[in-house]
Amino acid sequence: MTTEPKNSVDELVEVDDTDLLERAELDHDPEERRLEAQTDEGAQQLRPLAGESRTKELVLTGGPWPDVDDTMILNMGPQHPSTHGVLRIMMELDGETVLRAKPVIGYLHTGMEKTGEELTYVQGSTNVTRMDYASPLSNELVFSLAVEKLLDLELPERATWIRMLLVELNRMSSHLLFQATNGMDLGAVSMMIYGWREREYTLRLLETITGLRMNHNFIRPGGVAADLPDDWQHDVLELCEQVERGVAEYDTLLSENPIWRERTVGVGVITTQEALALNATGPILRSTGFAWDLRKAQPYLAYDDVDFDVIYTTNGDVFDRYQIRLYEILESIKIVRQCVEHMPGGDYRVQDRKVTPPPRARIDESMEALIHHFKLFTEGFRVPAGETYVAVESPRGEIGCYLVSDGTAKPARLHIRGPSFYNLQSMDAMVPGGMFADAVAVVSSIDPIMGEVDR
Amino acid sequence: MADGDANAREEDHEVEGGTEGEAPAIPSDEVAAALVERFPDGVFAESHGQPVVYVPLGEWHDVAAFLRDEQEFTQCVDVTGVDLLVAPSRALPEGVTGERFEVVANFLSHARNRRIRVIAQVPVDDPTIASITDLYPGVNFAERETYDLYGVEFAGHPDLARILMPDDWVGHPLRKDDAPARVPVTFKGDPSPR
Repeated sequence: MTTEPKNSVDELVEVDDTDLLERAELDHDPEERRLEAQTDEGAQQLRPLAGESRTKELVLTGGPWPDVDDTMILNMGPQHPSTHGVLRIMMELDGETVLRAKPVIGYLHTGMEKTGEELTYVQGSTNVTRMDYASPLSNELVFSLAVEKLLDLELPERATWIRMLLVELNRMSSHLLFQATNGMDLGAVSMMIYGWREREYTLRLLETITGLRMNHNFIRPGGVAADLPDDWQHDVLELCEQVERGVAEYDTLLSENPIWRERTVGVGVITTQEALALNATGPILRSTGFAWDLRKAQPYLAYDDVDFDVIYTTNGDVFDRYQIRLYEILESIKIVRQCVEHMPGGDYRVQDRKVTPPPRARIDESMEALIHHFKLFTEGFRVPAGETYVAVESPRGEIGCYLVSDGTAKPARLHIRGPSFYNLQSMDAMVPGGMFADAVAVVSSIDPIMGEVDR
Repeated sequence: MADGDANAREEDHEVEGGTEGEAPAIPSDEVAAALVERFPDGVFAESHGQPVVYVPLGEWHDVAAFLRDEQEFTQCVDVTGVDLLVAPSRALPEGVTGERFEVVANFLSHARNRRIRVIAQVPVDDPTIASITDLYPGVNFAERETYDLYGVEFAGHPDLARILMPDDWVGHPLRKDDAPARVPVTFKGDPSPR
């Protein structure tokens, strides 16, 4: 597919034969022109690849409208149903073909990293959990792991397994949300209802375990907030069956559906080289045939002890990203079942009074426990000075936490490497050259969560 | 554990400083060792089991090129900044002069399955560092974010515009001397229009 506007050079000369310089510029190869247009254009502008707009000249000079294929700048978002929140995309269109797409972000910037410097480590997980609101437990996990790394804290086995169980349940709900919104974006509206239904089952289970549907604040430095409820195994296994049934339904509904395939196969293709260069991680990278999953490559929690596969495909298109996320739900179910089977006994958090609060009952009978409780929730705990970077695999890719401590109870710097933030850049490789309608499919397949992009 | 590390580090640097002309202690991490060998001004420090190399500001781009071209570091997963205005007495390895800002880059090698973190000190009176977008195009957004929130300029970046804050925003919010925005609030005691 050509990205060169048809006839543009010749027509331009007919309209305005004085500007030979502009013509020379148009003779550059498309890649060079793309880079040139991007340079110093600013966050809110989109400089057309086809040179500065000739429309103005035509209007000024009058005369009959020549038969030129002028390009059009189209703004999509930040209020657009298919941009997943407040993503704004500026696109240069040549007819229906997209020449350039540029994400403009920041509409949901709430200064969470600044807030993180104002909150103690005890309060920190309430903050980070609101970043990627579709998979809050991954955020809490990466923050807690970073704090524990600075504290050199060893967790009880049960806490680790509970975390793994929760993060996998969360991965299921996040991917189910993707199935729902992806279906809706591409016109399979019934898919939205089905995906939402199974996601709601998952959230209901997370609610019985953590007390909240979203923004759980359940994984905290030192372990988790509470032990699993009675009879949790039954609920979890029942959910696994429900979701498995749902995934089989989606597979039947979409995977062989000719309309769905027409809409997704071969659309928004990205190669491994492009994905690596543009810092894409997670399902986008795996869809290019690069089987990289931090759970396997650099295991954390107890991923070493469970059996699961890394799902990857080789085409790098929208369909592949849909399929990867669909089958990752099944892998998560596999891990969840193993968690049910192997859940070790013991404590659900470290019993270090400097990090975790004493049991509620002890506060009534022990002065020391009361003091610990009071100190912990007013001042928090001090973390030795140092810095660390911890990365885990969130449903969207590598989520990292760069944490700098200056020895006080509040972090000197809390930085979250949001996978969506980086994944958005890969739009540069996927959208240009395709149709405008496919841009919606591509954005949907990136599955960006704007809370995490803007933080 | 942490104390043990710190002691070990001090000993390393004693050797380095005490015996002039002799090779400094070889870092425990092979990439860091190669890096320090190529860039003798770089200082290795182990941070909770993770290799960290403090490099001079001027060698930032060369270090990134070295990691990409000779050490198979396929991705620069993250670039960010740190403002150490209120923590000037932080624990820096010997041989590193602390400045107000730090720019931190985390590199990841898929082939060798290892990470390395590179940190440069950036002075506040000329907060400029070389951009590595020509080597790792994926850090484009990250460098813009660091510029936006810290005011650290990345020389050679194709389009160093604000990314999270509005274009007309004054100041760089993550700087420690930039107070969180205060919105004027009408208090009970204020004279009301009625």
